[in-house]
Amino acid sequence: MSERLSVRKTYKLFIGGAFPRSESGRSYVVTSSKGDFLANASKASRKDARDAVVAARKAFAGWSGATAYNRGQVIYRIAEMLESRRAQFAAELVAADGVSTKKATELVDAAVDRLVWYAGWSDKIGAIRGSANPVAGPYFNLSSTEPTGVVAIVAPPMGPLLGLISVIAPVIVTGNTCVVIASERAPLPSITLSEVLATSDLPGGVVNILTGKPDEIAPWLAGHMDVNALDLTGASPELALTCEELAAENLKRVLRPPTDTIDWLADPGTARMTTFLETKTVWHPIGV
Amino acid sequence: MDSFVRVGDARGVSTLTTDVASSNAALRGFLHGLPGVDKVGADARAAMLGTRSIKTTAKRQAIDLAISMVDLTTLEGADTPGKVRAMCAKAVHPDPSNPDVPRVAAVCVYPDLVAEAVQAVRGSGVKVASVATAFPSGRSSLEVKVTDTALAVAAGADEVDMVIDRGAFLAGDYLKVFEEIVAIKAACGSAHLKVILETGELATYDNVRRASWLAMLAGGDFIKTSTGKVQPAATLPVTLVMLEAVRDFLATTGRKVGVKPAGGIRTTKDAIKMLVLVNETAGDGWLHPDWFRLGASSVLNDLLMQRQKQDTGRYSGPDYFTLD
Repeated sequence: MSERLSVRKTYKLFIGGAFPRSESGRSYVVTSSKGDFLANASKASRKDARDAVVAARKAFAGWSGATAYNRGQVIYRIAEMLESRRAQFAAELVAADGVSTKKATELVDAAVDRLVWYAGWSDKIGAIRGSANPVAGPYFNLSSTEPTGVVAIVAPPMGPLLGLISVIAPVIVTGNTCVVIASERAPLPSITLSEVLATSDLPGGVVNILTGKPDEIAPWLAGHMDVNALDLTGASPELALTCEELAAENLKRVLRPPTDTIDWLADPGTARMTTFLETKTVWHPIGV
Repeated sequence: MDSFVRVGDARGVSTLTTDVASSNAALRGFLHGLPGVDKVGADARAAMLGTRSIKTTAKRQAIDLAISMVDLTTLEGADTPGKVRAMCAKAVHPDPSNPDVPRVAAVCVYPDLVAEAVQAVRGSGVKVASVATAFPSGRSSLEVKVTDTALAVAAGADEVDMVIDRGAFLAGDYLKVFEEIVAIKAACGSAHLKVILETGELATYDNVRRASWLAMLAGGDFIKTSTGKVQPAATLPVTLVMLEAVRDFLATTGRKVGVKPAGGIRTTKDAIKMLVLVNETAGDGWLHPDWFRLGASSVLNDLLMQRQKQDTGRYSGPDYFTLD
């Protein structure tokens, strides 16, 4: 009796709710923190990025038009699905980052808690960012928040799960859709996360995940006229500069990379949500 | 009958027509004597040609050629004169920010809106096409269909897109279909006649080939795949079969007929695949708006976006083009 062959997982991209291989047919080797072979991951091309933007744009009307309550429920559902896969994610984090199992479990728990925290914000962000404005006339003057649109995200290289969740959740909770370039060094948890997203009632295209080189893909997204905002959290200073210049053409909102390392376990605050919000103000005459 | 296979025997369309259209039996004999279409072969050939890679300068030429072949179409119950005027403005200047973009071949509307379209495109070289003959089902009497055509022609249509009576065709009453096309052709006067086969309802490629020959024998200037109201519409293999038919018809009779795939062509890639198919099947003699048209509306925005991508090096978005 021969020894059983292990079944290796193919790590693909996540675009429009489906798991395609890269259009380019390329892949790259992902290693553990000790340098051992882990898997081959797809190496996305600019055309995969283009397809992802089309998918994100297509999903935008439905997702931004859903009620805040509904979006909150869906994000809570992502937390539930992630919770049921704790052990798998912990094992992947141990392999990718070389952390202890205890630490990895803590990070997964923090990621689940982060999702629950953001899920709660879906119907509250309007209350803190919107307002009823006093004006010099018989009008109701109401400012309310609206999502910016399609957001391209360069995920942080460190924190392959918690960091990733911490950049995706605040963008989608307010109704944006996104194209995420996962950590080049540790992309595997991002693809496992997309399996979670695909089974969480999240409409296809709301989150699209590309693995590969941010230096290659991000400039195409930064220059794309149908992308409305950029989150450069994981970009190197040189890449961030290039992207910000390209983003000027259609006045994208840009979240610059942090100057020092982020502690993903700390309280995230609301800045990541409010950066990708627009304000609409309506004047309405006061009746009798 | 047997003379069909002798390519180059240009004995003239009128002789052939007189021979085969003498009775329903003769017409049936001719159409059923056409060689059968190898379905698997046609599908594989079309799929193989669809994989051709057209890039950079060749792609640029293909995009401009495709734009100049578009029949910009609106055939909705909700069409208004304003919508037709807006579409005509787009037909004349597809990208208002860039005068280098060629104008489209024609606009295609319902007969009652022809006058509006004629006025809107006057002097631009854009033709006005009108659907007629109880479009899209074709279920009415010959008198009504002729009147419908006359209405469009009187309003100034340069081209008439008629539908064949698929019910009669499928029932084997080929002579009825033939005579209807002849009658509509007469009603068209100097206007060009495009004959819509509605291939999605013809069931087999053999029927597509027969209907193509029938339409060409009866005097159609163009054969068109579909109304756009039935799925599947203009698939690659169906277009391939029709291109073969016009090629063979030219060789047999000496008369050249155009082809117009319509419906389901949405992306630049779809359009370029069609152009490859034309070049490889009928030959580059058909790579001209006089002989090949793309019946579509949404494909134009994609062509313009791809053109802009080539000019600026950045991907464009639908926000920067008119919605239609």
